[in-house]
Amino acid sequence: MLEIRGLAKRFGGLQAVKDLSFHVDDGEIVALIGPNGAGKTTVFALLSGFLEPDAGEITFRGRRVRGLKPYALNKLGMARTFQIMRPFARLSVVRNVMIGALGRHPEPREAEMRARAVLEEVGLAAKAAQPAASLTLAERKRLELARALATEPVLLLLDEVMSGLNDRETERIVELVRAINARGTAILLIEHVMRAVMSLAGRLVVLNYGERIAEGRPDMVARDRRVIEAYLGEDPVAPPA
Amino acid sequence: MSLMAVGLSLIFGVMRVVNFAHGDMMVWGMYLAWLLASRLGIDPYLGFVACAAALFVLGLAIQRGLVDRIVDAPHEMQILLMLGVALILENTALLVFGPEPVRVRSPLAAATWYVGPLYVDVARLLTFAVAMALTVALYAFLFHTDLGRSIRAAADNPYGALVIGTDVRRVYAVAFGIGAACVGAAGALTAPIVPFSPSLGLSASVASFNIVIIGGLGSLLGAFIGGLLVSVAESLGAVFLSPSLKELVSFSLLILILLFRPAGLFGKRAP
Amino acid sequence: MKWIGAVAATAVALVLPAVLGPYPLAIAINVLFFAYLGQAWNIIGGYAGQLSAGHAVFVGVGGYATAVLAAETGLTPWVGMFVGAALAGALGGVIGYLGFRFGLRGFYFVLLTVAFAEVCRIVVSNWERVGGAVGLYITFTGDPRRLSFQDDRAWYYVALCLLLLATAVAWAVERRRFGIYLTAIREDEVACEALGVDTLRYKLLAMVLSSFLTGLAGAFYAYRYSSLQPNAVFGIPLSVEIIIRPIVGGAGTLLGPLVGSLILTPLGELSRALFGQGGWHGAHLVMYGVLLVAVVLFVPQGVVPWLRDLLRRKPA
Repeated sequence: MLEIRGLAKRFGGLQAVKDLSFHVDDGEIVALIGPNGAGKTTVFALLSGFLEPDAGEITFRGRRVRGLKPYALNKLGMARTFQIMRPFARLSVVRNVMIGALGRHPEPREAEMRARAVLEEVGLAAKAAQPAASLTLAERKRLELARALATEPVLLLLDEVMSGLNDRETERIVELVRAINARGTAILLIEHVMRAVMSLAGRLVVLNYGERIAEGRPDMVARDRRVIEAYLGEDPVAPPA
Repeated sequence: MSLMAVGLSLIFGVMRVVNFAHGDMMVWGMYLAWLLASRLGIDPYLGFVACAAALFVLGLAIQRGLVDRIVDAPHEMQILLMLGVALILENTALLVFGPEPVRVRSPLAAATWYVGPLYVDVARLLTFAVAMALTVALYAFLFHTDLGRSIRAAADNPYGALVIGTDVRRVYAVAFGIGAACVGAAGALTAPIVPFSPSLGLSASVASFNIVIIGGLGSLLGAFIGGLLVSVAESLGAVFLSPSLKELVSFSLLILILLFRPAGLFGKRAP
Repeated sequence: MKWIGAVAATAVALVLPAVLGPYPLAIAINVLFFAYLGQAWNIIGGYAGQLSAGHAVFVGVGGYATAVLAAETGLTPWVGMFVGAALAGALGGVIGYLGFRFGLRGFYFVLLTVAFAEVCRIVVSNWERVGGAVGLYITFTGDPRRLSFQDDRAWYYVALCLLLLATAVAWAVERRRFGIYLTAIREDEVACEALGVDTLRYKLLAMVLSSFLTGLAGAFYAYRYSSLQPNAVFGIPLSVEIIIRPIVGGAGTLLGPLVGSLILTPLGELSRALFGQGGWHGAHLVMYGVLLVAVVLFVPQGVVPWLRDLLRRKPA
């Protein structure tokens, strides 16, 4: 459903993304991995309309979407979370999620019901009335996820949604993502927590210096020499569980 | 003018706080110079040091007492705070000194010299010279002293500066104070040239914002050059349009710059 | 519960002119009028969080349009005020579009609004056709059809209607998707965009609505005070008067502008009476400055939310 061809982006002297092509099919979970600075978050920004690509084609659900603004892409069914979380601090948790829900349910009362349902799903229902600023890190991650979910996307872009979490919290998010995917939502995720990546992703796309250096099933990619070299100095890629 | 803008740039660059009260601080500088001149007979070209010192203290006080508390607050709050300070400064001046414009005469500068075909107003020349000297001194301070370097470091990366042991709060206070001192000096130096009244505060603030934005926020060089550019533009405006429309030029310029190039000519920071 | 309060308050408001003497009545009119202006500003400045510090420009445009139309074409101000408001709304649209399209936020947006207001002030001051720096004098006709009343009580009810109108609009905005979006835009625009909110559109809408309502007030201003001076009606002092009430009372709350006006208007009057010599309005502006600083430091959300918190803690 998402097809990227020849995507490129340059910042001044730095070619952040170079001739990148890959795809995400309906219902898949694809992980975008690579060492720090490989250009992964830039790719997300390009996909979700926050950055304009210098070159390349992005096709989403059969339409050319390059150059569309973020809110338009969201209406088409693409949602994203942010690596550095951006909650609506002074608004309550349920209001936060409502902002996402209002897109497809303009009537506030209905949007609120939808929002509460989503909160139930991510496990934040108890904190619905509290201001978003009062949540813990793990809870904020879930709020970020809930907000994106509330827009009822068919493709969810998750940007390092597990960073900074302990094992138990990571497990929780992994289950959540699996459940979301089971309902038919495709997921494209950027992640450094390899355990999670290995257990979730059906396919990996590996980036280094803005280029794709490998793609395929997790166990194959883990053995790819180029990938291991790229990660030299980083944590070794863990074998599948 | 440039000196004032440099002060503003410093404050913004270091603390990301927008000082709406800048113009009104300058006006106080002017009035202090006037007081010194009329009560104690001290020439503004000498007295500016005292004005700078006084405003340094004021700046420090404002920073420590007020701004420091809201460093982490949303931007709206900071803007409103400085707006409040501006209101207080401007209208206290109004209450104390009255709304009528006032002039300061400097005995040093009563003369005009003839340089070839041009005649040069000594007062302006002196102001320019002293302002330049101060700017150079400021530059030297920022680039060649430890404290100056700390200020620049804190401006670039507050967290990093904290990590290496800089007392960031003190640095902020000093930076703000210096910014205020610049403006106090600017006030004192400009006092002999133009008649002034408290209502000058707003146009002075706007003019300095103009300069800072044109030159680029966070860049002191930009502030200086911006000052020169804006002064030239305004003078041209006064010549070609009627003098009362001079302000129109600077405001229109501001609008255009805001829209098209908010980073300014030398800007380091995106808005 | 809230409804009872609102109805009671309105009832009291309706009866007030019968018991107030002429001076308190004049103050009351100002309370209502500036509460109206504050509420109009609240839509863009409070809910949407876009600090417009040049809002007086809309009062000026509305007022001048109404007065000039009345003088040149004999158009009754009752209709003229809507023309003026429409013009003000259009100007708001222009400023908003320029500002938001070019991504101006926070401080930059404030500067833009101030710059526009000053540009208009200077232009009008130099435009002899509409009175130049001296401004326009509106002759008192005492004819209600020309927005002129013999009896101050009539002005009171006009002001009350305006305030009710603005409050109704704000209330409607608050509870619908539009208002909820605005409060989120105020917090984080980027996040909004990612969640499908066309922030440009909603900010623009808020700006136009706010400037339209403010423009309506222009006619009131012109005909009540019988004069339009560019410095007074486009200038920063009026903009300050407009924004300080909702900020002190509680920006982004329904009652904020009213509470703010109830506190500040009488205080302003008091200081003007006590320090009358302070060179036009000097003293009470100092007080505004002090209040602004105090509010930012101690009660940043404003009086209304602060009271709400206080009351909430009691029953616990």
